[in-house]
Amino acid sequence: MKRSPKDTAESSRRISRRGLLVGGIQLAFIGVLGLRMRQLQVKEADQYRLLAEENRINIRLLPPPRGLIYDRNGITVADNTQNYRIVMVREDAGDVDEVIARLQKLVYLEPADLERARKEIKRRSPFVPVTITDRITWEEFSRVAVNSPALPGITPEVGLSRYYPQYEDYAHIVGYVGPVSDYDLSRIDDQDPLLQIPKFQIGKSGIETKMEKVLRGSAGAKQIEVNAVGRVMRELGRREGDPGENLQLSIDSRLQNYVQARLGEESAAAVVLDTRTGDILAAGSTPSFDPNKFVRGISVKDYAELTGNKYRPLANKSVQGTYPPGSTFKMVVALAALEEGAVKPGETVYCPGYMELGDRRFHCWKRGGHGQVDLNKSLQQSCDVYYYDLSLRIGVDKIAEMARRLGLGTRFDVEMSAVAEGLIPTRAWKQEVRGQAWLKGDTLNASIGQGFVLASPLQLAVMTARLATGKEVVPRLIKAINDVEQPIKGGGDLGFSPSFLREVQEGMYNVSNSRRGTAYSMRIVEDAFRMAGKTGTSQVRNITAAERARGVVRNADLPWERRDHALFVSYAPYDDPRIAVSVVVEHGGGGSTAAAPIARDIVLQALYEGTPPLTAYPQKDRPRIESQQKKLVLRDFDNFGKGKTRA
Amino acid sequence: MSYLEYNVKTVPTGLKKVLYLNWPVVVLLAAVCSVGFLMLYSVAGGTLSTWAEPQMKRFALGLAVMFAIAMVPIWFWRNMAGLAYGISLLLLLYVEFFGSVGMGAQRWINLGFMRLQPSELMKITLVMILAAYYDWLDIKKVSRPLYVAIPVVLILVPTALVLRQPDLGTSVLLLVGGATVMFLAGVSWWYFGAVLAMVGGLIFAVFHFRGTPYQLLKDYQYRRIDTFLDPSSDPLGAGYHITQSKIALGSGGWTGRGFMQGTQSRLNFLPEKHTDFIFTTLAEEFGFVGGMTLLALYTLILLFCVASALSNRDRFSSLLTLGIATTFFLFFAVNMSMVMGLAPVVGVPLPLVSYGGSAMLVLLAAFGLVQSAHVHRPR
Repeated sequence: MKRSPKDTAESSRRISRRGLLVGGIQLAFIGVLGLRMRQLQVKEADQYRLLAEENRINIRLLPPPRGLIYDRNGITVADNTQNYRIVMVREDAGDVDEVIARLQKLVYLEPADLERARKEIKRRSPFVPVTITDRITWEEFSRVAVNSPALPGITPEVGLSRYYPQYEDYAHIVGYVGPVSDYDLSRIDDQDPLLQIPKFQIGKSGIETKMEKVLRGSAGAKQIEVNAVGRVMRELGRREGDPGENLQLSIDSRLQNYVQARLGEESAAAVVLDTRTGDILAAGSTPSFDPNKFVRGISVKDYAELTGNKYRPLANKSVQGTYPPGSTFKMVVALAALEEGAVKPGETVYCPGYMELGDRRFHCWKRGGHGQVDLNKSLQQSCDVYYYDLSLRIGVDKIAEMARRLGLGTRFDVEMSAVAEGLIPTRAWKQEVRGQAWLKGDTLNASIGQGFVLASPLQLAVMTARLATGKEVVPRLIKAINDVEQPIKGGGDLGFSPSFLREVQEGMYNVSNSRRGTAYSMRIVEDAFRMAGKTGTSQVRNITAAERARGVVRNADLPWERRDHALFVSYAPYDDPRIAVSVVVEHGGGGSTAAAPIARDIVLQALYEGTPPLTAYPQKDRPRIESQQKKLVLRDFDNFGKGKTRA
Repeated sequence: MSYLEYNVKTVPTGLKKVLYLNWPVVVLLAAVCSVGFLMLYSVAGGTLSTWAEPQMKRFALGLAVMFAIAMVPIWFWRNMAGLAYGISLLLLLYVEFFGSVGMGAQRWINLGFMRLQPSELMKITLVMILAAYYDWLDIKKVSRPLYVAIPVVLILVPTALVLRQPDLGTSVLLLVGGATVMFLAGVSWWYFGAVLAMVGGLIFAVFHFRGTPYQLLKDYQYRRIDTFLDPSSDPLGAGYHITQSKIALGSGGWTGRGFMQGTQSRLNFLPEKHTDFIFTTLAEEFGFVGGMTLLALYTLILLFCVASALSNRDRFSSLLTLGIATTFFLFFAVNMSMVMGLAPVVGVPLPLVSYGGSAMLVLLAAFGLVQSAHVHRPR
């Protein structure tokens, strides 16, 4: 079709006319939009914004309940309890001092709390609610509620607060929560509005802080419209938060409780691992403390008591404490030398009681010497000279390599605070860190787990579990999150020659089952539960030539700080290993006398899943064990959680 | 047909075309999209990966599509109009029967790398076919009933299909957008007057007969109208969206609460905060100033398009440009009215700002057509 030019011109004009009209209408509408925006944002902003800030439209955060923590059998470890508190909003209160004076007639206010509250009221914006007092009784709570007309700006509130029903037992593992502090806010990069709530509880140590994100959940919020005197008129909107996720630990509360009780007043630590899964069944560290005190806000006096204690109750010795492993390190050297082909199991080394290296003499713990020593005897009787000899054959780097394969010198990814890496020295390490060349004497010291070598009780337990199974056991502390089972890590074969591993295991068996073994007196006589182990006594001081000349000084005669650490690692049952235990008693003296008895008791307690029968113990120990069992006060888990009282 | 009317020699060729693009529009589009990235970053709580980053990728893709379309002569696109409309209609029919159901409505086809909403596509192809139709039609016949009936059918069929999904917002856009193109093409005032009178009469009847045995709507439908007219009557129920977005806007004030400081969106009070209600976050965090800035950017885009259309002597080009400009206008006008409580909540995104792939791509493709018309205009 053809169009006449006139037609096109006419059409163009019409489009232009109507186009301008449509454009004009659109512009007019945009003008309306602009005016509406102005009306809402500028004119009625008084109605919305000022109201929002002067609390007519109030946003109240709804803190989500924190995730609960259970042990492997579902026993509560960390709970939330109802907590009544009194909150004040400065601008509603008017005369703050007058209102507080009236409040004091109804509720007892700790002077320290009051001082803190006054400071906070001054510091915060006038409309921010500030907690005046916490954990008041129901009677006090209702008294305040009834008298609320006389107490402007005061609201009694119900909140949730953390409660640890097992007190000291889990203080180091689970840690504790506390009110979020300015220090916390400056340290963590977290936009979560929950942290702005005064006294909001966040994890401060242990699992509570490592798993903070999982446990916390997310904030809910409600919008309420309040009238000029603060009365809630109606709720405009409400969004529920997500509660924190619940954690199930690998720990067995009964065993944990037993371990804590058995370690008692010593400065000690013990770790129990399930060798098949790597589950940490117990991780004890004594002395301990009551985490509930920290939730409430610990008093200066109590805190000073904890920090001043030379047994360091706040330290989690099971993963944080590192100790020279002493003779418990000998399996590492033995297995390294066997795997390297540097020694044959039946091959003997002569022990005269010492080894000469240059002009220095390295002593065996047995002054008279062990005579001809083969691998089995070297473990059984813990001959030092045998290991001096082996270590010179393979060198420190081979030893370090084996130590790492067995889990030493590794920071395990368990959710506790300050998990230590320990220290497995190598030539390169000494050159780099100390700027000194590695000496042969260093190798000799390392071969008996002294010198630079450091390991935590957790690492020693992992080492033992790996020796018991030949598998790469990796510790696991969190068994499930919200009922979702967490993966078991590791488990692969470590690739040791089975016959060499067997040699080492037999040596460990003889330690506590052969008449000449260093822990023979601490054996288990129940055949199904025979225990293999290794004692360790590690020096924390150098024995000078003068001291040696005077004769061996008895530990008991030394001040506590200078006594030897006592160690014992073990696994059981020997034929079918299920658990591995490590015990370290700080400055406890000999491994066989201070650590081995504890380890044996823990092993039996774990295998019998409760108090073991006396028949598992050697005949002559039974009376002593019986009285010890009677004296030990354990938590009654059968009635646990019933008739719970508020802390 | 009118191919020969163009003086081909004066039309730029090759890479020279790039110089003749309507560059202010390109810059303005980029600015609007950047506002979108900023807001998506903010509503995601300060993370890029949730919404802002995918949106940026789509913008990059959309920009490429826009330039590609702009390089192709406009007469090619006019010849494609019928095909494009046909494909869009088929796709609409396809989602009617096989589409994925999302947000309670059948709206998209999953292409694997993105989800295509045929209704988005239809917004543009409808304008294309109407512009092509009036380009073809002798101007004297424009107001004859038969030639009015044809575009009415072209508009009503896709509108009905979209309404069935149900997507009220898009069907309003199609209806009003199509009607505007008809109006621009010169269809007699009488038709529009008659339709407006009928609608007015219907609205009167709806309210007049309420409560009588002759009432035209169901009771719940009346209640919906009530909440629209007075949202505060049901703040937690149907009026929730409007109340919440008004609070957000109001609390923004002149200059807003500051970037990432809006409590309304941070605390999730705002529904669909990354899609339809993203304007509330902008208004809360940047206040009146921020809102007006975005409105000004939109207005400028509109003005540049109208200017380009009115200076274009090619009928198809000017109708197409004005039609696309109107669709774009309807997009943001409906969205903003809804957010500001001037219109019911119908689910129209804020163009180029709301999170969403189809809308962004289709809009940029449409601006590609506008660019092509601008580049290849007869000189």
